[in-house]
Amino acid sequence: MKNNYDILVIGGGPAGALAAKTAADAGNSVCLIEKRPAIGTPVRCAEGIGKELLKEFIKPDPRWIAADIERARIISPNGTAISLEQDKAGNEVGYVLDRKIFDRELVWQAAEAGADVIVKTRATAPIMENGAVRGAKVLSVGTPADIRAEVVIAADGTEAQFARRAGLDTVVPLREMMSCAQYLMTDIDIDAGSTDFYLGNEIAPEGYLWVFPKGDRTANVGIGISGRKSRDGSRAKDYLDRFVAKNFPNGKTIEAIAGGVPVCRPLACTVADGLMVAGDAARVVDPITGGGIGNAMLTGRLAAQVASECIAAGNCSKEALMPYDAGWRASKMGTILERNYKVKEYFVTLDDAKLNTLAESIAQSSLKEFSVLALIKELITRNPKMLLELKALRDTLS
Amino acid sequence: MSTMLRINRDKCGYCGTCVAVCPEDALELIDAYLSLERECIACGICARACPLGALEVVHEE
Repeated sequence: MKNNYDILVIGGGPAGALAAKTAADAGNSVCLIEKRPAIGTPVRCAEGIGKELLKEFIKPDPRWIAADIERARIISPNGTAISLEQDKAGNEVGYVLDRKIFDRELVWQAAEAGADVIVKTRATAPIMENGAVRGAKVLSVGTPADIRAEVVIAADGTEAQFARRAGLDTVVPLREMMSCAQYLMTDIDIDAGSTDFYLGNEIAPEGYLWVFPKGDRTANVGIGISGRKSRDGSRAKDYLDRFVAKNFPNGKTIEAIAGGVPVCRPLACTVADGLMVAGDAARVVDPITGGGIGNAMLTGRLAAQVASECIAAGNCSKEALMPYDAGWRASKMGTILERNYKVKEYFVTLDDAKLNTLAESIAQSSLKEFSVLALIKELITRNPKMLLELKALRDTLS
Repeated sequence: MSTMLRINRDKCGYCGTCVAVCPEDALELIDAYLSLERECIACGICARACPLGALEVVHEE
């Protein structure tokens, strides 16, 4: 094993893969390590992504697109459905991916660009010198080794232990950790062109339950609930089992997974001396949708771009790496993250009656745009009498 | 009386949700199993967050 690189990337998900590819394309020596024995498995994701966002990073390929989505439905506790149709809205909806293939494709591209890829290799601690990260201590198939690098890009997902051990606070508060469970189900009656989101405190407290198609009679059926609502008998799995028993009693589950989605604000700072944090580890998940694939690719790519410049200039201090942190915060993604965090903080306060009222108010609307922002604007327009209550929501727009 | 964290490996989905909420960095998700690697303060936050109910703080006489 080579033990000295320009850039060491920890984690082989979309953030790590984009970081490794971008860094290798820029001429750096790059190593990507993944603690699992295989890239792409096990899946920890509902696999939905907006088309426009995806296309910023990769050309859509039928090999890893499981479903092309034409509409989204938000179903309130009393069954009122808000339907967002691609035909009526000006923009496209999204895809449901096959992450096992997608993640491999991204890592393949990184390898093709020249990055070394090593699986079943876990970073146990940062190599620290004078307060700066200089690489990682790893266990590679059980054998300890040191991998030194000018910059380490931590893309180690929800667990985010590498940055934590380098001194950053990555702990997610219980109430902002979405506790999730998902079944890949087949032989079920679904609308193969619609992603469905079920809301309600009986269905998914402070979260939502999703049915994301992956083919004609196949879908990811999953749920996320707030960690503070999770306890024995009312865990994510319990809610999911109840929904499935009621709605898909004859469906077959061919995969059962769990996962945690952080819906807190992003890390206070995503760089340190010799270190950058990207993707879920940086907590750049959309707090409303829980979507993180696009933001992971964006932060992974940007981190590698800034790291390349800093390595060329011979300075990888926190200060030198700061343009990465400032860059994503100033981006459209950064703006949306902050706004949607506030929107989420408002929505988690709503009881089922209020959710029903709001859903009924816009059920007949034809939204001109397919976005959280368009939905909020419509809610505010349609509920003039609720101005006071909606003030918190309106304030998120300013 | 001592307090400890019990991991039910048959229930665990090795997803790492517990790792991210642990205030002590005591848990480690190693490939396909969860391990208590460092000192646990038995706060129970991980047991709350677990989507599958695989973690339990147990009190022993």
